[in-house]
Amino acid sequence: MSKLSQLYQQVILDHSRKPRNFGELKPCTHSCEGYNPLCGDQITVYLNLDENNIVEEIKFDGIGCTISQASASMMTQILKGKTKEEAEKIFQEFQQMLVSDLDINNQQNSLGKLTIFSGVKEYPSRVKCATLAWHTMNSALQSKNKVSTEI
Amino acid sequence: MQIPMPLKNKLAKALDINSIRLDFPILSQKVNDLPLVYLDNAATTQKPIKVINRITEYLSFQNSTVRRGAYSLSEKSTALFNEARQKVAKFINAKQNSEIVFTKGCTEAINLIANSYGGSVFKPNDEIIITAMEHHANIVPWQLICEKTQAKLKIAPINELGELNLIELEKLINPKTRFLSLCHISNVLGTINPLKKIIDLAHKHKIPVLIDGSQAAPHELIDVQDLDCDFYAFSGHKVYATTGIGVLYGKLKHLEQMPPYQAGGDMIEKVSFEKTTYAAPPSKFEAGTPPIMEVIALGEALDYITNLGLENIKAYEHSLLKYAENQLAKLVPEVTIIGQATEKASLISFVIDSIHPHDIGTILDQEFGVAVRVGHHCAQPLMNILKVPATARASFAFYNTKEEIDILIKGLKRVIEIFKY
Ligand SMILES: Cc1ncc(COP(=O)(O)O)c(C=O)c1O
Repeated sequence: MSKLSQLYQQVILDHSRKPRNFGELKPCTHSCEGYNPLCGDQITVYLNLDENNIVEEIKFDGIGCTISQASASMMTQILKGKTKEEAEKIFQEFQQMLVSDLDINNQQNSLGKLTIFSGVKEYPSRVKCATLAWHTMNSALQSKNKVSTEI
Repeated sequence: MQIPMPLKNKLAKALDINSIRLDFPILSQKVNDLPLVYLDNAATTQKPIKVINRITEYLSFQNSTVRRGAYSLSEKSTALFNEARQKVAKFINAKQNSEIVFTKGCTEAINLIANSYGGSVFKPNDEIIITAMEHHANIVPWQLICEKTQAKLKIAPINELGELNLIELEKLINPKTRFLSLCHISNVLGTINPLKKIIDLAHKHKIPVLIDGSQAAPHELIDVQDLDCDFYAFSGHKVYATTGIGVLYGKLKHLEQMPPYQAGGDMIEKVSFEKTTYAAPPSKFEAGTPPIMEVIALGEALDYITNLGLENIKAYEHSLLKYAENQLAKLVPEVTIIGQATEKASLISFVIDSIHPHDIGTILDQEFGVAVRVGHHCAQPLMNILKVPATARASFAFYNTKEEIDILIKGLKRVIEIFKY
């Protein structure tokens, strides 16, 4: 597979065309707005955590490129039903896959289908697109209201 | 030395693009195994071999400080430095060399004026006018100085073609208006502003005008005396020279009045611990050891484009613009061109239905070797007015060709094929 088709795999294109769990979730227990000033991408992530800190519901809305929309869409799928701690752990691993040295083939991880984004590592300018939704979700869990990729 | 004086009436000569391309080593490079198609000239331009060689020569045989060495090497360096200032003055037809201040770029030039001129002149409730099509570099310095002086920033609007609305601009002017700052050419819309009309209008009300000439210096014959602007700023790296050097032109009467912007060596006349008196312009605004190599390379770059002839460059680039517009028109309705001003420089911003500019940029680069700019182009307020989060932008220089535009179009067709649904 070429580097480019690795980036734009069918699954990613499909998620960006038909994002899952797209829309507002109100009321919700946690939400945060994320912004990537470099490309104008903007996203809001909404979560409902139950009394055991389990993600009962998660949705997102906003605008962005193929990578950022697909990443947000797949994030909502994988996080539903996870605990807050699990969500934070997956966020860490996702980031490590893209910016440091998590070897998805040889190291144990909970990324599952998300490894499809590993090709983004080859495009440093696109890493922020893939991680925007995740940073936003993480900040929502930490109860911040706004987050930017440029700080 | 070439003097670009009575060129206005001369007919444009055809440029030999193939031989010009050989002057730019980077253009024969491959990226991703594809010939480089460089269409991001509004961000920065490539460097001709003459400029590259000039830098090598200077660093190899002439490097030394300026204005203070009592030895031959430094005298030579100082002479070259002064000669370059003279070339810049000629290039924009300034009355005298002392009206040319070297900065590290257009951004610093605007900051200098906002701080030194604005900081000493603006009073609470004074009004400063900029336009809706400005680059952040011509917005934020004014916001900061307005905050400091409690002056107010007013924004002149644009029409749906992306042209400045002159009627609304005139309405903004009142006895409290202290300054007008606007771009010569918009880096997003390509709009060429009718400067003479605007400057005349401002001067009727005794309002000084700064022109952000970043996008004009590489494409337009600039005559600051004819324009009668008070200040004119541009960056070296957009006129085929290096980064780290910019030009601020200012009428001498202003520069003489203005307080220093930064302090240090070279900008003083006499220093004692009780009192310091400042050197005359331009030295007053050039504290510290200047970017000597960059200045000399800038002079070389201006010689290069003056040799080609700005009227020839403009005519050729205009033909590229028209060709690109016609080719892009065939991709309607998917492609929408942003900015349809009647007077337009050789750059095209566009969006493609439901496809994010970032994705366009990656496909063009990876599969076609085409470098375009994607994003908000440091003009977020303008993006909000245009109601797009971002655009893709192709900007042409005289070394670009119709064949390269064909590759861009082919690439865009492929983008549409991949992402359209
Ligand atoms: C219209 C305009 N103004 C100002 C600037 C700032 O120039 P520099 O970053 O070289 O200082 C640019 C560069 O992108 C520009 O296009």
